[in-house]
Amino acid sequence: MSRVLMKGNEAMALAAIKGGCDAFFGYPITPQNEIPEYLSEHMAKEDRVFVQAESEVAAINMVYGAGGAGARVLTSSSSPGIALKQEGISYLAGSEVPCVIINVMRGGPGLGGIQPSQADYNQITRGGGNGDYHLLSYAPENLQEAVDLIKQSFDKADAYRNPVMIAVDGLLGQMMEPVDLERTPDSKQRERKEWATDGDAGRRGKANTIVSLHLDPNKLEEHNLALKEKYDRMVENEQRYERLETEDAELVFIAYGSTARIARSAVESLREEGYKVGMIRPITLWPFPENAFKKLPDTVHTLLTLEMSLGQMHQDVKIVNQGRYHLDLYARTGGVVPEPEEFIEKAKAILKKEDAA
Amino acid sequence: MTEEKVIIAGFGGQGVMLMGQLLAQAATHEGMHTTWFPSYGPETRGGTANCSVVFDNHPINSPVVSVPDSLLILNHPSLAKFQGKLKEGGVLVVNTSLVEEKDLRDDVRIIKVDANQKALEIGNLKVANMVMLGAYVKASGIFSRESLLKVFKERFTGEKQKLLEMNTRAFDAGMELAAD
Amino acid sequence: MNSDTVYRPKQGLTDREFHYCPGCTHGIIHKLVGEVLTEQGLIGEAIGVASVGCSVLNYVYFDCDMQQAAHGRAPAVATGIKRVRENHAVFTYQGDGDLASIGLAEAVHAAHRGENITVIFVNNAIYGMTGGQMAPTTLIGQKTTTSPFGREKEGTGEPLRVSELLATVPGAAYLERVSVHDPKHVRKAKKALEKAFDTQMKGKGFSLVEFISTCPVNWGIQPRESLDWAVENMIPYYPLGVFKDPEKEEEDD
Ligand SMILES: Cc1ncc(C[n+]2csc(CCOP(=O)(O)OP(=O)(O)O)c2C)c(N)n1
Ligand code: SF4
Repeated sequence: MSRVLMKGNEAMALAAIKGGCDAFFGYPITPQNEIPEYLSEHMAKEDRVFVQAESEVAAINMVYGAGGAGARVLTSSSSPGIALKQEGISYLAGSEVPCVIINVMRGGPGLGGIQPSQADYNQITRGGGNGDYHLLSYAPENLQEAVDLIKQSFDKADAYRNPVMIAVDGLLGQMMEPVDLERTPDSKQRERKEWATDGDAGRRGKANTIVSLHLDPNKLEEHNLALKEKYDRMVENEQRYERLETEDAELVFIAYGSTARIARSAVESLREEGYKVGMIRPITLWPFPENAFKKLPDTVHTLLTLEMSLGQMHQDVKIVNQGRYHLDLYARTGGVVPEPEEFIEKAKAILKKEDAA
Repeated sequence: MTEEKVIIAGFGGQGVMLMGQLLAQAATHEGMHTTWFPSYGPETRGGTANCSVVFDNHPINSPVVSVPDSLLILNHPSLAKFQGKLKEGGVLVVNTSLVEEKDLRDDVRIIKVDANQKALEIGNLKVANMVMLGAYVKASGIFSRESLLKVFKERFTGEKQKLLEMNTRAFDAGMELAAD
Repeated sequence: MNSDTVYRPKQGLTDREFHYCPGCTHGIIHKLVGEVLTEQGLIGEAIGVASVGCSVLNYVYFDCDMQQAAHGRAPAVATGIKRVRENHAVFTYQGDGDLASIGLAEAVHAAHRGENITVIFVNNAIYGMTGGQMAPTTLIGQKTTTSPFGREKEGTGEPLRVSELLATVPGAAYLERVSVHDPKHVRKAKKALEKAFDTQMKGKGFSLVEFISTCPVNWGIQPRESLDWAVENMIPYYPLGVFKDPEKEEEDD
């Protein structure tokens, strides 16, 4: 194992190169600037494409073009920029063009702030643009996991012909920690994309088109149902999560990304003090890992959602819970990063109340 | 070792980010777990800049440090901002060239370093951060001198190689000051 | 300003201290805008639009109504304001990333419609706020964090000259490029602002003053050198002068 100390944004950029990224299009925005900065140097050295677009609107449309032409394409941005990209993301999903999008979230709404946040959860998991669609979205907890997921994300995008979103926040983007870039294999999968508008109609013997327009409602419904079938396959096969110390837990935290990192500290401290606390950590935000909530032990009485947004993921927890357990929420937002002590205090209050009852 | 949480603070341009990165790099070499997290945004330019570094033999959860075990303070505004957070009995390395000593806490272990003065004697104000770093490395005893020198050699390459010698001297001077 | 005046307290600005880096000329440009609005008696009714860039917070500096716009959209926001507040001086204050990159469409179309607004356009050949990335105005060979080998014509194009570009748009009425690197040029720059607001208040259409500005921090040089750098490198490529003037056009008719 060879570990190198890297900044999150740079490690993610390098992982994209190792995942087979052919082209990057982006626009500067804090706290993700090190991604385009790193790629401006290293994509050139690798003889791959780097373009700084004039805006996020332009950048995502460049992604649409290059992805349509069969390339493995990456763009990255942060919340307000991702908001601008929604139109293009909807086109990408609608016309089934694969790509990878990294969102280094910051506080909102509007210009908001630049500190870490998870307030784009709804935007990520509910589509964000117009129409019935979903993004396969991953929320790594540390840089190693981010690197491993990004390396596979181009394969996933190609396999489903769908955009893949990597959702992190300013904390993971800006921090440094050692990563092993060889822990998972580099992507070697380079099948020819027979559907691509890559100017190879002569060989193919037929011209390809990439469109999201279907004027006949019956045709569009058919298309939507075909997409739905694809999303169902993702729900079936792509749910990822971690269950930590849930075997005898009374209280289970639900947390992802940076928040899960901090919650992990809280679980460890609480366990040391003898409290029966565990955690479910969604790694995919969409599909939401419903499977993680199956077969929880009888000891569980409460699920506590912890997030850096005001209860956005909590809605999904409510849906999967279906009235089984007590639910509670502890949320910080606006760029405030919670401390483990806050989670510990909240957990103790819940456990005390439950004991008294 | 048990977890060591450090905050390094000064004003933009004093090289506090680099100090943290050098420590994190040394920790990486020694096979430890480590995280480095900077303050980021426009305020890091004119104003104060700081970074949090954590070392541990176990995987590290939060890179955000609320109660540091050690604090490296390079200017006065940073003292006001961070001193109160330092854990009781923790290590406080202060750059007395820019910090008023009368305001220092008395329930912590204080290492006074006249870093700017020392750096000027060595020949360049810019290496004041390395004097501070040397003092911390000595005081904490977590890293060996060799471990940091190895990182210096990796960092100061090409154009920057000429800086290696002066930075090493500054680092050593800091170690000596902390030994007194 | 008579020639004995060495320094005058700020006019048209609040008491808040600027957050700009040492040697940044954003501050001088703010002072000029505040002065002109005050001297023309407009400050009480003016409505400014702050954009996204280092000057994003200028709504706390200008002592008039200010609205903060999304990145690049300030001319569209100003259009909305002006259409419902016709008699008010409406201005935007935008950097070169904001105006010449993400917001070029909004700028061109505001000019194209002949919107009666004044655009203060600050060209420092770089993205200041996000830490020094390449802007459309970055000079050939200039190193930035996203043009680490120096900007090359191939693939990133040649620097965009916004004033010259807008001069081809019929709706643009007054266009001038100025610099603030010495007192003489500062005085000239002030005259340009006076003319721009005058153009707006007389209802003659879109006005824009382009300022050659500095960014020592992201250019990686000392404040003093940055003024020289602007004079030696920017002005030869971005020549100072008037590119469109409604009065001249009347004379020509
Ligand atoms: C939609 C969106 N994309 C990106 C950003 C990030 N951003 C903030 S300021 C800026 C560039 C500003 O540069 P410029 O207009 O040249 O002004 P300067 O900072 O140099 O004064 C960018 C890209 C944003 N706020 N919103
Ligand atoms: S970064 Fe550049 S443009 Fe921004 S305030 Fe500093 S010098 Fe001015």
